[in-house]
Amino acid sequence: MKFSTILLALAGGAITFGSSPASAEKLTFGLASETTSMDPYFHNVGPNNALLLHIYDRLIRQDERQQLSPGLALSWKPIDDLTWEFKLREGVKFHDGTDFNADDVVCSFERAPNVPDSPSSFATYVKGKSVVKVDDYTVHFKTETPYPLMGNDVSTVAIVSDSVGCGAATADYNSGAAAIGTGPFMFGSYTPGESVVLKKNPNYWDGAAEWDQVEFRPIASNPSRVAALLAGDVDVISGVPTTDIVTLRNNDAVELHQGPSNRVIYLHLDQFRENSPFIKALDGSDIKNPLLDVRVRKAISKAINRDAIVEHVMEGVAIPAGQLMPSGFFGVSENLQPETYDPDGAKALLAEAGYGDGFQMTIHGPNDRYINDAKIAEAIGQMLTRVGIQMSVETMPRSVYFKRASSGSPEGTPEFSFILVGWGAGSGEASSPLKSLIHTFDKEKGFGSSNRGRHSDAAIDAVIEEALATVDDAKRQDLLAKATEMAMETQAIIPTHFQVNTWGTRKGLSYIPRTDEYTVVMSVKKD
Amino acid sequence: MSTFIIRRLLQAILVMALMSVIVFFGVNVIGDPVHMLVSPEADQAEIEAAIRRLGLDKPIWEQYLLFVKNAMQGDLGKSFIFGEPALKLIFHHMPATLELAFSALFLAVLIGIPLGLFAGLNPDSPISKGIMAGSIFGFSLPTFWVGLMLILVFSVELGWLPSTGRGETRSVLGFETSLATVDGLKHIILPALNLALLKISLAVRLTRAGVREAMGQDYVKFARAKGLSTNRIIFVHVLKNIMIPVVTVMGLELGSLIGFSVVTEKIFAWPGMGKLLIDAILQLDRPVVVAYLMIIVVFFVLINMIVDILYSILDPRVRLQDQGA
Repeated sequence: MKFSTILLALAGGAITFGSSPASAEKLTFGLASETTSMDPYFHNVGPNNALLLHIYDRLIRQDERQQLSPGLALSWKPIDDLTWEFKLREGVKFHDGTDFNADDVVCSFERAPNVPDSPSSFATYVKGKSVVKVDDYTVHFKTETPYPLMGNDVSTVAIVSDSVGCGAATADYNSGAAAIGTGPFMFGSYTPGESVVLKKNPNYWDGAAEWDQVEFRPIASNPSRVAALLAGDVDVISGVPTTDIVTLRNNDAVELHQGPSNRVIYLHLDQFRENSPFIKALDGSDIKNPLLDVRVRKAISKAINRDAIVEHVMEGVAIPAGQLMPSGFFGVSENLQPETYDPDGAKALLAEAGYGDGFQMTIHGPNDRYINDAKIAEAIGQMLTRVGIQMSVETMPRSVYFKRASSGSPEGTPEFSFILVGWGAGSGEASSPLKSLIHTFDKEKGFGSSNRGRHSDAAIDAVIEEALATVDDAKRQDLLAKATEMAMETQAIIPTHFQVNTWGTRKGLSYIPRTDEYTVVMSVKKD
Repeated sequence: MSTFIIRRLLQAILVMALMSVIVFFGVNVIGDPVHMLVSPEADQAEIEAAIRRLGLDKPIWEQYLLFVKNAMQGDLGKSFIFGEPALKLIFHHMPATLELAFSALFLAVLIGIPLGLFAGLNPDSPISKGIMAGSIFGFSLPTFWVGLMLILVFSVELGWLPSTGRGETRSVLGFETSLATVDGLKHIILPALNLALLKISLAVRLTRAGVREAMGQDYVKFARAKGLSTNRIIFVHVLKNIMIPVVTVMGLELGSLIGFSVVTEKIFAWPGMGKLLIDAILQLDRPVVVAYLMIIVVFFVLINMIVDILYSILDPRVRLQDQGA
């Protein structure tokens, strides 16, 4: 028949097409999330910040473990309580050939917080600082109060060029006209939803990259991304789903690379309402919010089998957590260990607090935000039911979840009683979660903005605020560790585990895992 | 004809006005984009600043009036995430979706109608029974599963075709299309086939049913009696008569191919409008969702109009003026 010949012809055509071998000098990434702008200040969000790291350098770099090292600045130090002096690298050129100097720094920090229509600006890192040019290669950052996190903040802000970048609009960046930085790669092309292509900067001050060209392709669907790697269409993928890890380990064509992230998954508990909306007595009547009692919070922490979550829900790809950041980060306490699983101890504590018979509670969580988030919520629900708290589990898309979790109640306060959330410390040190999650919700001072349990303890607040005004690193480390210990003592939040991220590469490449979850060329090494 | 078109256009405007109300208010009840978009490290003051920048501090009716005012001037708002006009984004993604939809429709017609014709003419042949059984699979297998299987077989196992993405494009008549390059064609085969599968089955069933019915009709008997060749009877008279339901359904299906090829585009990382839409929905990029749905309304109205005009060409008994409001 006619149609069968057509089918044959189609199949035959497919065979002869074959697939062209990828050029050795080109590296292709399959990314779990899409980069949505070439303007480094338009949207302060991980996928954008990661990709734009290739085009634009920072004054200070964050390495794979978010430790700071010199970038466009050679050195930075406080010269008095309110002034930090940055010495800039000389002889660095932008992609268009102009020289990098202090003017670029000043205007970059001016533009960073002021991009029109930005859904999330860099004001978070820039505000409270004024940048003054001293000479062509020296700038002073002045603050109103002593500020220790200058290095961390400055390391987030890209440097664009005074001549092209600072006066440009976001659209000019997206077209490539203004996408001029000093970074290891130059803008090639940007097709929203399809790809970003970058070309090697042969004159990079820190040595030219190994690849002539890199392409980043967003492949949001997990199985498709894995398939693209297996088919050899991409060289590196981010966000390997935990369900595929075992299969991929046994595949000779690909290699997996894993490392902990700075993201802690934790539970926030309603500690500000006498009657919490999703907690009821066993018979369904209203009861006084049991989570106000530290013994109940401790009991919940003891009832959670963190090893089981890691082993069975996360397929072994996570680290049990006993504090806000994994060990190795600045401000982490040496003394804290993950709570051991102790259901009997939990029952005893509940009984002691007067809840020996238990109560009803709902755990709310997102189902599309963190690795296996909905499954974790279900597991925690079961574990708590086992010690007598009758749990319901409700998960929802993050687009709905975060609004309700932050301000969903009629009074504009958090709606839920007991929630699963995660926190990634963008600054790479412990003040970030302490300031946002543990400190009392304080709109005036800008503290506790994500404190959805509204835990409030003046003593801990005082230590956090002291740490944030202590420029001396050793002293600040101790204060941050102390604040963390205090917060764990009163169980302000209950950490469950630290996420571990997995990257997949084709054989012959390796990826140095980054704690900030970024996927960048600089972490890809040839074996 | 012109009265018909004018009336249809007026209808379209009414439909769009209604749609804009439903979509705009519907989208605005769900979640809060600010919580999705703002960096978690932002403090309360910065969150409020972001709300103001996105214009979400105004009451909803005021936002709607502003939207209508701008829409009159052809501005359907700016994407929160891309910072580009929503219309520009959608039109940028449109060629990819259109070429995918038309390729799928082409496959559906090219494969579906001959198969249906064969099955209708030889209802008792085992091949026909095979075709009909196959069409049931085409209907019932979920698109995302078939898509993954196609990738697994043709990309991962056999290595014949690229797994995801859109290939090299070339500009044809001002449109960037991947149908003009070999690399582009290689990339489009799998997603187009995946998208076409259901439509092929539909075309098979419609054609078969039509042929079976037509073959018993008086005009076919008369044509036979008159001594016309079988080929002429089938390909001129029968085919023309059974085309009306096929054109209707395929026309409507084209609308859904263009508007809602979301699953296929996501699986194959095809940079089309469907993927743009689903990302916009997940991230609450409201201006893009609203603009997209408005454009889809226009599409459906236009396609229906074209189908009506095609009727009048295929069947002279149909008078366009007779089509009521």
